[in-house]
Amino acid sequence: MIAFFQSSIFVNLAYIFASILFIFGLKMLSSPETAQRGNLVSASGMLIAILVTLAQNEIIAFEYLLFALIGGLIVGVSAASLVKMTSMPELVALFNGFGGIASLLVGVAEFINPSSSTLIQIIAISFTVLIGGITFSGSLVAFGKLSEIISGKPLILFGQRFVLSALLLIALLLALELIISTGLLNISSQTILFILIGVTLVLGVLLTAPIGGADMPVVIALLNSYSGLAASSAGFVINNNVLIVAGALVGASGLILTNIMCKAMNRSLSNVLFGGFGAATSTSGESGQIQGEVKPITAEDAYLILEAANSVLVVPGYGMAVSQAQHVVRELGELLEDNGCEVKYAIHPVAGRMPGHMNVLLAEANVSYDVLAEPDDVNPLMDTVDVCIVIGANDVVNPDARENEGSPIYGMPVIEVDRAKTVFILKRSMAAGFAGIDNPLFLKENSRMLFGDAKESISTLVSEFKT
Amino acid sequence: MESQALLVLLLFVLVLSIFLGFELINKVPSTLHTPLMSGANAISGITIVGALLASGGEGTFSSILVGTFAVFFASINVVGGYLVTNRMLKMFKKK
Repeated sequence: MIAFFQSSIFVNLAYIFASILFIFGLKMLSSPETAQRGNLVSASGMLIAILVTLAQNEIIAFEYLLFALIGGLIVGVSAASLVKMTSMPELVALFNGFGGIASLLVGVAEFINPSSSTLIQIIAISFTVLIGGITFSGSLVAFGKLSEIISGKPLILFGQRFVLSALLLIALLLALELIISTGLLNISSQTILFILIGVTLVLGVLLTAPIGGADMPVVIALLNSYSGLAASSAGFVINNNVLIVAGALVGASGLILTNIMCKAMNRSLSNVLFGGFGAATSTSGESGQIQGEVKPITAEDAYLILEAANSVLVVPGYGMAVSQAQHVVRELGELLEDNGCEVKYAIHPVAGRMPGHMNVLLAEANVSYDVLAEPDDVNPLMDTVDVCIVIGANDVVNPDARENEGSPIYGMPVIEVDRAKTVFILKRSMAAGFAGIDNPLFLKENSRMLFGDAKESISTLVSEFKT
Repeated sequence: MESQALLVLLLFVLVLSIFLGFELINKVPSTLHTPLMSGANAISGITIVGALLASGGEGTFSSILVGTFAVFFASINVVGGYLVTNRMLKMFKKK
């Protein structure tokens, strides 16, 4: 009986079953009603894959792997349960990186294992190391930028593109040497592999460092895709279908997200990766033509306008995450609803630092997901909105995207808040957004600036409603 | 020759899975972008299967050591990824 559970036919059938569970799990993740169950389905697929692997008679020693499993379990559980919802982008970046390094190490272990590797395996190992290394160091840089350990500003080195292409070429040549081993370099293949790892790690840093904070949603989605591709490639190293299938699914989903994020910014992927957007200060020459003055408003006056409003649209941005204002925002929304006002939330796909960032924060604050709308849903109805409350968002509400052809963000789909009857803009100061460009919204006739910390401003509004 | 047949088979699986992935994820509402990403990230921890074989299988001390580190990182990825996704999805409620 035990022999049957260790037979390769059983193990492979179990892997197929695990793949089916991953597929159903991902399918269910695409609807809010079934998403939580979908995650459990996919997790049980993972559990099955791990258990049948452990039961195989290929595994002869358990002491090391159990030690590592338990260590990973402890770290994983504590990271997942202790992290604040506002720090979610950092955590996702870090996990992506761990996936990448794990695949890289699988490739390395296979390479230094004395049992001879086939040509296909060596090609796959080179590819796994390349993608895994880029994913790992790239994710660490993204993590550093998101947690503000390193500056979120785009870092452009002199000759960045040249260095990148040169390093990529070196990496490919090293991989080629591993595969066909001409012996021209006169060093052992293991040394070549280690040099290759070093080059890929540098590549990952150079690819991520030039990308600014506001473009982080694209980078995280792309690294997510890479971590899947690395796993898929590791599947070729160990001839295992479940790795190939699961990795490819992740790779595809990451690419789709990347594409959605790029479209939401009206930019191509290569522009995001190599454009160094926001590094140069915009000197479009037309900035001097913006006319009007900034009109501040007090929370007391804002309350009077909100009290009389019939429809309110809340537009959150990264500023809401920074000041942790999501709970008071929800409270304000409920008070407005009690006052007979219709409240909706308009969320731009690239608002925040990762795809869906704002949705997670509002969900944490207990806002029902059916009042969270996308720009395409709210823009046609914008003329009927009495008050738009912009909380710490800037570039995603910039009217220049529609009106100023000289603007770097011209053509980007934005939430057209300036068409509402009144716009409140909650902002700490007049500083420009992450893209570093002027926002004429602040100077429009119907705009009112509510300066100060978003959380404090909204708390004041809430207390006005309560008195 | 046999290894070529195997390669073709594996590539076949790869290509079909990528297409399947595109079809599966194509219509995800933006509300679920973060959980989708972290859930997918947990799935990419499947590399743990290779890590377990490297850590517990036959090999030299150094290949086992490298495999053990792979198990460590992959299991953080798997456990942390699924748990944090679950934590997020629990919050998505309709009232």
